[in-house]
Amino acid sequence: MTVIRPLATLMLGILLAVAAHAVDTEVPLADPVQQERYETLIHELRCLQCRSQSLADSEVDLAGELRSEVRRLVAEGKSEAQVKAFLTARYGDYILFRPPLNERTWLLWLAPALLLLGGLLIAWRVVRHRTGLVSGDPEEFDAGDREP
Amino acid sequence: MKLRFFLPAAAVAVLCASLWYGLNAIRGGQYDPQLIESPLIGRAAPDFIAENLLEPAQQVARSQFLGKPFVLNVWGTWCVGCREEHGALLAIAKETDVPIVGISWKDDRQLARDWLAQLGNPYHVVGVDPEGKIAINWGVYGAPESFLVGADGRVLHKRIGPMTLDIWHQDFVPLLKKTGSSPQ
Repeated sequence: MTVIRPLATLMLGILLAVAAHAVDTEVPLADPVQQERYETLIHELRCLQCRSQSLADSEVDLAGELRSEVRRLVAEGKSEAQVKAFLTARYGDYILFRPPLNERTWLLWLAPALLLLGGLLIAWRVVRHRTGLVSGDPEEFDAGDREP
Repeated sequence: MKLRFFLPAAAVAVLCASLWYGLNAIRGGQYDPQLIESPLIGRAAPDFIAENLLEPAQQVARSQFLGKPFVLNVWGTWCVGCREEHGALLAIAKETDVPIVGISWKDDRQLARDWLAQLGNPYHVVGVDPEGKIAINWGVYGAPESFLVGADGRVLHKRIGPMTLDIWHQDFVPLLKKTGSSPQ
C-alpha cells in the first residue's frame, strides 16, 4: 500500500511532463483568433513522415516547415478551409486526419453506421427468437434450431 | 438451416482472402501502403526559382524548361537513398537528353558541391532549396523523389524512393513517348 502512492505520483508526473512538452516553440500570433485557428489546424494536419502524429506533435524537420507554412498563411488572413486546400493541393487528402466524404472514402465514413445497423438487426432477430421460446410452443424450437 | 454457422464462416473466409490478397500485393510490390499518391499528377508543375548550386550568381527556374520535358529530382547529401540512386541517375543522364534538374533539399551548399565532384554530376542544373519551400510546393515528404514533367508542363509521374535504370525504362520512358517527346 505504501509503495503504490509514490509510484502513482511518479507515473502521473511523467504523464504530465510528456503532455507539457511542447514541440512548437514559436511565439503566439498577435491576433488571438488567428492563433487559435493556427492551433486547431496543426492538430488536424498529419505529419507525413511520422503518419500517426499531427504537425503539432511532431519534431521532424518537415513538420516544422509545414507548421511555419500554416503560420504564414494564417497570418496572411487565410481561413481554415483555405489553408487545408493549400496543403491538400500539394500533399493530397492524406494530410488531413479527417478525410472529406467522397467517392473514395464513403465506405470509411459509413462503416460505423452500417456496422451498427447490422448489429441491431442481429440483436433484433435474437431477441425475437428468444421471445418466441418463452411464449411460443416448443415444437418450433425443435424444428427450426436443433441440429439434425 | 445452418445459415447461422455458414454466414460467419463465409465472413471470416472473405476477411482472410482479402488479407492474403493485400499482403501478397505488398510483397509483390504492386502496392505500398507507405506511398502517398501525389495530387500533382496530371496538373501543371509548380513554379520555382532557386539559386544555382554551382553558379550562385545564376538562377534555376521553372520558366527555363517551358515546352520541353524534364525530370525534377529532389536530393540531399544527408539522404541515404540519394546515394543509392546516384549511379542510376548518372546512367540515365548518359542515355537520354531529357534534362535532370536537381533540387538540393535543405542541404549545405559545399557538401552538395563536394558530393557532385566526388560521385559525378548527372544534373543539367541544380537549384538549392535551403528552407524546403520548393519541396513543400511540390508535395515532397522524403528524399529522394523524382518527378517527370511533360512538354505540356504537366506532372506526368512521381517516383518516391531511389531511382533505378529499370524504373526509368518501365515508368518514365513510356510516358515520354506517349506525350510525343522522345527520350532519346
